[in-house]
Amino acid sequence: MLITCPYCGPRDVSEFTYQGDGNRERPAPASQNLDAWNEYVYDRLNPAGDHNEVWQHSGGCRSHLKVVRNTLTHEISSVVFARGHVPHRSPTKRGSKA
Amino acid sequence: MAEYSALALIRNALNGNKDWKPAWRKPEPKASYDVIVIGGGGHGLSTAYYLAKEHGITNVAVLEKGYLGSGNVGRNTTAVRSNYLLPANTRFYEHSMKLWENLSHDLNYNVMFSQRGCLNLAHTPAQLDDFARRGNAMRHLGVDAELMTPAEISRLIPAMHVSPDARFPIYGGLMQPRAGTARHDAVAWGYARAADRRGVDIVENCEVTGFIREGERIVGVTTTRGDIRARKVALAVAGSTGRVMQMAGIERLPIESHVLQAFVTESLKPFIDTVVTFGMGHFYMSQSDKGGLIYGGDLDGYNSYAQRGNLPIVEEVMAEMLALFPSLGMARVLRSWGGVCDMTMDGSPIITTGPLPGMYLNCGWCYGGFKATPASGWCFAHTIAKDEPHELNAPFTLERFHHGAIIDDKGQGATPRLH
Repeated sequence: MLITCPYCGPRDVSEFTYQGDGNRERPAPASQNLDAWNEYVYDRLNPAGDHNEVWQHSGGCRSHLKVVRNTLTHEISSVVFARGHVPHRSPTKRGSKA
Repeated sequence: MAEYSALALIRNALNGNKDWKPAWRKPEPKASYDVIVIGGGGHGLSTAYYLAKEHGITNVAVLEKGYLGSGNVGRNTTAVRSNYLLPANTRFYEHSMKLWENLSHDLNYNVMFSQRGCLNLAHTPAQLDDFARRGNAMRHLGVDAELMTPAEISRLIPAMHVSPDARFPIYGGLMQPRAGTARHDAVAWGYARAADRRGVDIVENCEVTGFIREGERIVGVTTTRGDIRARKVALAVAGSTGRVMQMAGIERLPIESHVLQAFVTESLKPFIDTVVTFGMGHFYMSQSDKGGLIYGGDLDGYNSYAQRGNLPIVEEVMAEMLALFPSLGMARVLRSWGGVCDMTMDGSPIITTGPLPGMYLNCGWCYGGFKATPASGWCFAHTIAKDEPHELNAPFTLERFHHGAIIDDKGQGATPRLH
């Protein structure tokens, strides 16, 4: 299985760490809604078909990625940065002080 | 007289084997039953058998979407053990072990249960301490457990690399002598035949496509072979639990389906006569009576219903095997395959009434379902017949996650791929 990292390009699955179901919504840290916390921690959609999930390119650029992958065929239809944008790399000028 | 016996063998040998009956009938499904069990794997078949045997409920159908034993009961690595830490698990799996010990007689079918022991290797002093603790917990509940020294381990498994220069030196191990292996297909066939002889209809190539409801209540299923109604509908579909429950309108469960791979080598002369597990990764191996080494390791680690895995795990499992048995570098791998495991959030199963009226749920076997086959069916049959759990499966509810009463033997938390 290859995952096409938007930053590094297609890389072997062994470079990535699976971080699980990307459908879950984390309640606000101060939330005391036990049902919402229970759903976030324990309940999963677990679909047979397209699955939203989070991976990290831990053996590469270390970006967190939002991946849509088919759990029946392992086919990947979309990979984007989890934050929804390309991380900003500001070009540093030679000789300039940081 | 028992159908399979030495006398029956001789009689059939003399008359050209004309007396054998098919092991189970191929009935057309009836319009209604008392109980429908969805899933013709080990757990579904044993559920049907114990419904008939222990509770006298014989108007039962087992619906299997493929052929009998085509799922995980024919895909596992056949280890049977009851070496758990937490009392709920220990009691349940020890009940299973006791049923295993008499299973061939009970079913009049040789399931080739072989109590060859299961040894967990410890590679650090801390790990050995942890095993001692688990062994003590087991003995406290009357289960057999023994700590072994490296010298004893070296005598037990001469082929293993037990030396201080090993990559991961062995400090000792926890042995359960009554653990072992069984012939997995025979377990499916034996339960199927024994259930069939008590009147259970085993309907193969019959895929459930939906549920029939009256109000909230489940009163039957629609299938590829027509509608079938029942007072009680029981699910024992392991890796397909998410898919089948979605047909019932239940979208979220504390379960993820993951793929686990297994491997078998060509037949070798007797090489190892116990089940051994590696403690510095995840690897387990035994040798079948045909001589093939059967082994496996971790899950692939991502959600999957594909029944096939990827190469990184293959490489990892082979590396772990060679760390323990360098001589197996010469052995050729015959086959590898994958099975879909229903991983729960605490690594323990779910056997319960509900979650809908008229429905009963048996799932969450992670990758330890084979050894549970007898007790799973026994407890599930009790739950279905009495509409309440037996005390052995009372802790294995679906709601335990809501209440915080999780049974997390490995202490991994809600990360299913790590259980």
